[in-house]
Amino acid sequence: MDPLTIIITAPLAAAGLIAVIPGNYRFLIRIIALLSTLVSAVIAIWVFAAFVPGASGLQFEAKSVWVKSLGIGYHVGLDGVNVGLVLMGALVAFAAACVSREIVEREKEYYLLLLLMAGGILGAFVSWDMFAFYFFHELALVPTFLMIGIWGRGDDRVYATYQITLYLSFGALLVLVGLIAVYVQCGADTFDMVELQRHVAQTPVPATAQRWIFPLLMFGFGILVSLWPFHSWAPTGYAAAPTGVAMLHAGVIKKFGLLGLIRVALPLLPEGAREWLPVMGALAVGNLIYGGWVAMRQTDLNRLLGYSSVAHVGFAFLGLASLTILGVTGAVVVMIAHGFLAGLNFALSGYLRRVVGSTEMDRMGGLLEKLPFIGALLVMAMLAGCGVPGFANFVGELLVFFGAWEVDKTWVVFAAWAGLVVGAVYTLRAVRTILHGPLRKELAAATDPVGAWHKSAYAGLVVALLLFGVVPGLLIARIKPDAKAVSGTAAKGIEMKAAGEFGIGTTGAFAAGGVGGRR
Amino acid sequence: MSGFSAIGLELAVVAGALAILVIGVCVSAERRPFLSYAAALFVGVVLLSSFLVSWPERQTFFEGTYLLDGLALFFKRLFMVAACFVLVLSAGSSMKAVVGVEFPVLVLIALVGMMFGASAGGFVLLFVALELVTVTFYVLVAFARERRRSLEAGVKFLIIGAVTSAFLVLGMAFVYGSSGTMNFDQLRVASIDSGRKQLFDIGLVLVFVGVGFKLAAVPSQMWAPDVYEGAPAPVGAFLASGSKALGLVLIVRVMNSTAQRGETLWAVLLAVSAAASILYGALCAIPQKDLKRLLGYSSIVTAGYLLIGLASGSKAGIGASLYYMTAYMFAVLAVFTVVSIVFGAAEPAEIAGLGGLYKRSPVLAVALTLSMISLAGVPPLAGFFGKFLLVKSAVGSAGLNKGLIILIGVMVVGILISIYYYFGVIRAVYWGASLEEAKPITVTRSERIVLIMLMVGLVWLGLFPGRLVRASSDAVERIVTPRQAIAEVIK
Repeated sequence: MDPLTIIITAPLAAAGLIAVIPGNYRFLIRIIALLSTLVSAVIAIWVFAAFVPGASGLQFEAKSVWVKSLGIGYHVGLDGVNVGLVLMGALVAFAAACVSREIVEREKEYYLLLLLMAGGILGAFVSWDMFAFYFFHELALVPTFLMIGIWGRGDDRVYATYQITLYLSFGALLVLVGLIAVYVQCGADTFDMVELQRHVAQTPVPATAQRWIFPLLMFGFGILVSLWPFHSWAPTGYAAAPTGVAMLHAGVIKKFGLLGLIRVALPLLPEGAREWLPVMGALAVGNLIYGGWVAMRQTDLNRLLGYSSVAHVGFAFLGLASLTILGVTGAVVVMIAHGFLAGLNFALSGYLRRVVGSTEMDRMGGLLEKLPFIGALLVMAMLAGCGVPGFANFVGELLVFFGAWEVDKTWVVFAAWAGLVVGAVYTLRAVRTILHGPLRKELAAATDPVGAWHKSAYAGLVVALLLFGVVPGLLIARIKPDAKAVSGTAAKGIEMKAAGEFGIGTTGAFAAGGVGGRR
Repeated sequence: MSGFSAIGLELAVVAGALAILVIGVCVSAERRPFLSYAAALFVGVVLLSSFLVSWPERQTFFEGTYLLDGLALFFKRLFMVAACFVLVLSAGSSMKAVVGVEFPVLVLIALVGMMFGASAGGFVLLFVALELVTVTFYVLVAFARERRRSLEAGVKFLIIGAVTSAFLVLGMAFVYGSSGTMNFDQLRVASIDSGRKQLFDIGLVLVFVGVGFKLAAVPSQMWAPDVYEGAPAPVGAFLASGSKALGLVLIVRVMNSTAQRGETLWAVLLAVSAAASILYGALCAIPQKDLKRLLGYSSIVTAGYLLIGLASGSKAGIGASLYYMTAYMFAVLAVFTVVSIVFGAAEPAEIAGLGGLYKRSPVLAVALTLSMISLAGVPPLAGFFGKFLLVKSAVGSAGLNKGLIILIGVMVVGILISIYYYFGVIRAVYWGASLEEAKPITVTRSERIVLIMLMVGLVWLGLFPGRLVRASSDAVERIVTPRQAIAEVIK
């Protein structure tokens, strides 16, 4: 079996195995879940290391027919964009399985659904067939609803479940109609994205069709990624979700929508992109400003993280909307970095919730003294969240700023202000309330997590954030050739000003220099 | 192939029905479930034997009355599968209170009617088959004689059924009067002078109303919630599977023979009925507290989805409807099986009563969850692929018929609302307040086998849809779509 298929099937097969194990073999169930996600993570690290940057075509490709008469196939492969995402997804999935020890009832069903989520989203990341891409993502979505409903917390979890279910289903349906429209309008009788891109290069989709398909995909995918103003499901949902689910959803599953824009909407519908990308750019700035602004007012840690995650995806949208090589590269880096960060954040807040009994920040204080490990990680996560150099988020955000500067300087000013200044306000304030100040009496018994499995969950995510922050070349070298292709195909229909071309060249060189310098 | 071998399947089922009637006289009351099993086994054998015979691709018999083609065979097999499950379900312990000798016999007779209906080559057989099915169902719906709800459902079904039959007869008369033929093949080429075109159109609308009764499509949808709620669960299952499929195939037949005369009429008729069915069913389903009643409304929504496939007017669209019908059948049979085990066949099925079901019986909880997810159209189950094919065919034809764009929008809204109420059922199963006297539920071996087969069907059709996609596209291969017919006329 090829490595990518193993990455997908390890969690899915483990889910099948758990289904037939009696529910009282709790230790065995947990071990199976941990091992299967570990297998995926190790193989993901290996394929990431073995990936040859800039090589033409897909790597680790595997193909087989699924439904022949409709042109649906199972086609997996890696390019520079999804290789990092798979790594991130597999690591976060492993971490989510590690921290799920907090679940004490109906573990069998919990791990089964968690593994379905993990396998589903990893499958979506590596798929190059539009049908499989959508299919795997939906496979990951259904467990989300059930898990928030069954293991969720808070009084409004039922409301949160329905909100997230209906919102995301609406987004997914728009995407489905859009993808089918792409299939029909291309007229190539295939759902294979590689073949569709080849086909579109010769016979583009009619411009009138592009103009209505692109917004379908943009808003459909956008809803799935909490594009402002369709973001309200995210904070409520994450506040109600159990830790592992919040980690997987905010960190990994959400990235599906952005990947969809990169894979389908931008390369196949360049004309539509030209008309609609300014709208997306404006909404992205809305994400940054509104998400950050609201995050400042939150007193609940989970809601704060939810809104900050809404703000952060704004960077990714902005990078994509700029459609420059730097912007697209930056967007992908942000996707990966934010995945690690969101996973880490929700894991930490889940731990604090167990220690404190609530995620209300008023009920915390002085915890650094009792929780040196968790506290140190929280400080690092918060610094990463407000874009401090040394973490992968900084690299992505900087690249996005450079990329977007070419297109519209006002956006960048607003985005930088909202992302960096407002971000710093709420993250540092959270650090102060939670970790500093006098220790509250009722928290005197708080202790750090024990056990290697448990600690490795947090450690893995932080190491990844730092590694890609200090050596961003690891990511950028892989992403850039494909970002170039995306921005190139999508920009074909767009009249590029000579000055713009020149600008991209110089900033690109500057960024590379900057990367080298930091290394 | 001679006429009598062409109707071999139907004759076999008739013979089986008579045999069971005779044997039933000699069987004591406690052993009556045995009759249902025997009937199910018999239908299963007939079903398997239908795969051994080499059928003609398309041939008419009895002077064009009886038509044998891929579409007819597809539906005959579908009806037999449905009847098999319904018969096993009716043998279950929950039906002991109501089942009599007549029950399996009536199911078989209804099955014969459906099988003849699938082969209707003209309005005469269409009407006779439809009445055979409807009249049988009058009895079946009211079968739980001691239950007022069942009787009430029977009366409602009878009245609305009789009214829509009247519409159908009047419509047939108008079509015959304006075209001079009752035969579908002749109707396709018959010349209608412009003075009678209006009569013809009115006739078609009336026929649509009459046949739409089986499908539970607006405007003949009124009966569905009451009857689903009141009828014994196996009967509800048969109404939602076999009877609904019969409505679908009859509308396909009528549409294909008349569409070239009234292309816009059909487009408008199908679009309006589909949109109204989806919105009416979905909106009315939201506040429902009874699972069987909810299924009644969701069956109206389903009728709307099926009509979207027909409205797209292409072979792919009709094939998509066939696929969706099959997927729906598996899910709805599973739900009715669970309902009859949990609540008893003829009792009300309060959704709140499902609370704690996952503890009382994991198998039932999983079966109900999978069928709800499939009905909601979420991967990886059969219902998703059905909806995928429907959207695909509608988007594919949207260039030719702009109305489809609105229909796609309505469908998206319908799916969204349906996710809301289907997930309400899942919610009751897993985190609803459990009842105080909640005891484990025993599931008999035959019920367990039925449920597992249905679940495997749901997952299989979702993961490996290729075979059924091919079967449904083969089924519509030889029929003449309206668009082709119009192209021929223009030529």
